[in-house]
Amino acid sequence: MLANIFGTSPVQPLERHVGLAYKCTKQIIEFFEAVVAGDWDKADAVRADIERLEHEADDLKKEIRQHLPKSLFMPVPREDLLELLLVQDKMANRAKDVSGLVVGRRMEIPAAIAEDFLTMVGRSVDAAKQARKSVRELDELFTSGFRGAEVALVSELIEELDKIETETDNREAALRAALFAIESELEPVNVMFLYKVIGLIGEIADMAERVGRRLELLLSH
Amino acid sequence: MDAQLVYISLAAVFGIFMAWGIGANDVANAMATSVGSKALTIKQAILVAAVFEFLGAVLAGGEVTSTIRKGIVDADLLAGSPELLIYGMLAALLAAGTWLLIASKNGWPVSTTHSIVGAIVGFAAVGIGIDAVQWGKVGTIVLSWVISPLTAGFIAYLIYQSVQRLILTQEDPLEKAKRYVPVYIFFAAFTITLVTILKGLKHVGLTISLTSSYILAVAIAISIALVGAVAIQRIKPNPKAEKKQHFYTVERVFGVLMVVTACGMAFAHGSNDVANAIGPLAAVISIAQTGVIGAKSAIPIWVLALGGGGIVIGLATYGRRVIATVGQKITQLTPSRGFAAELAAATTIVIASGTGMPISTTHTLVGAVLGVGLARGIDAIDLRVVGRVFVSWVVTIPAGAFLAIVFFMLFKTILP
Repeated sequence: MLANIFGTSPVQPLERHVGLAYKCTKQIIEFFEAVVAGDWDKADAVRADIERLEHEADDLKKEIRQHLPKSLFMPVPREDLLELLLVQDKMANRAKDVSGLVVGRRMEIPAAIAEDFLTMVGRSVDAAKQARKSVRELDELFTSGFRGAEVALVSELIEELDKIETETDNREAALRAALFAIESELEPVNVMFLYKVIGLIGEIADMAERVGRRLELLLSH
Repeated sequence: MDAQLVYISLAAVFGIFMAWGIGANDVANAMATSVGSKALTIKQAILVAAVFEFLGAVLAGGEVTSTIRKGIVDADLLAGSPELLIYGMLAALLAAGTWLLIASKNGWPVSTTHSIVGAIVGFAAVGIGIDAVQWGKVGTIVLSWVISPLTAGFIAYLIYQSVQRLILTQEDPLEKAKRYVPVYIFFAAFTITLVTILKGLKHVGLTISLTSSYILAVAIAISIALVGAVAIQRIKPNPKAEKKQHFYTVERVFGVLMVVTACGMAFAHGSNDVANAIGPLAAVISIAQTGVIGAKSAIPIWVLALGGGGIVIGLATYGRRVIATVGQKITQLTPSRGFAAELAAATTIVIASGTGMPISTTHTLVGAVLGVGLARGIDAIDLRVVGRVFVSWVVTIPAGAFLAIVFFMLFKTILP
């Protein structure tokens, strides 16, 4: 009975969720390597992994929401935690969207931009990784009551995350420019979708950055 | 003669039944905090509880026992018919015990204190007459039920704030913890020792002057703090676990402190709640032996020991299961948070015991946990459940009273 006054702590589940979201996102490296290499069997297999991980993250998201009723009294607003959860989940969603698009249209990445393309994918995933690292400090933040040395540490992590995101942006711009230079040689519809794919990969980093923003909001309480 | 023997045996049986219930449920709740935070294993918790519940009951349980025994019913009104008080106290014990059994079966969070006080007030007001209840004293007791969770919450808030400021928000929490935790151990040991010496020792026939009491308390507290400091120095960081949770080793340092506060909690609980079982028993024995109400006899030590023993049996037979279940559910209460709650609750309870106020251990502990929560120490507290805990507190009083009235009428007809 005394035990029941403790609600389910959202901290560990949130950390687990960001771990899943990152794991899902990370798959797009292997995925695009397969696509560039023209190995569609491999790409399809990785795509299946991405879908499965995205589902897992989604289920966990629903479970966390169920265990966060309005009657909970927490050190930080429930809404902010739910928002954090939502953007974490969107990282995984974008990975699923982009891989789905590429598999569905059997898209080829032009050899001229392949290297830049893979670098951008890698950087975008780095942003997601940094988001995971930041969110994994949640339990320490809760322990220290969102004050003191731990807050400074998390602020630094978020700053680093912002840097990575800016870098991804720059790479995205460069990649678009490179694609623009060769686009007249390509099939117009394919070019259109290539821009779309680049945009979605950039969004993974955007979502990671938003994870940082949400975490920052928690720090200011 | 025969009748007296019947009364005393009945009272002893009901008293042990009640003490068993307290040990099975109440104590288990109090000890689960330490088990949940992994400061103690279940076996260690039972050992600590057995020793310190017993010590608390024998050394510091006298004042509350007196209140239950003769503070609620106005004995002067019953001078002509002392057997009514015997029936009443028997009825109250049986009523409170029965209600606790029903509540435990259904998982309702009820308080032993509230049920026994409700039961005594019930039989006195209805069975004897409204004037038979010392309403002034009952009012004070009810007030203490409001004040105790608030006080514990306030103390817990302050303690946890200090922990955050001094240790958890610092750059080097481990170093700071090693420095300050012995100080907390000192304060925990000092408070509980002092109240015991000031209020408890006279029941075992020792009298010590005020100055010597303080000196003795400081001396005992320093030695406990030193033992704690040695234990803390022996804790070595575990880099593997540390990687996952920065505060891993810090919490282990607090674990040492929590062993001390767990002892304090068991002691405090014994000093307050054992009275619920043996207060009525003591009343029955005193009347049955002397034939007069309100004789100035001290509470026999064997009665306190009986209560302590009953609690230990309850703990060993049924309480370990409760500890295991509750302990698993309250992992949020890490040692740094759990100790703050336990220390605040134990201090409040021991002070209440010293002034003879029968309060609810569980509600005091809930108040303390909320205090830690207000200091942003708990990840999530379910306010709905907190509400239910306090509602059941109110429901328990009439329930205990009703059952006591029924049993009282029954005893009046069937007993000699």
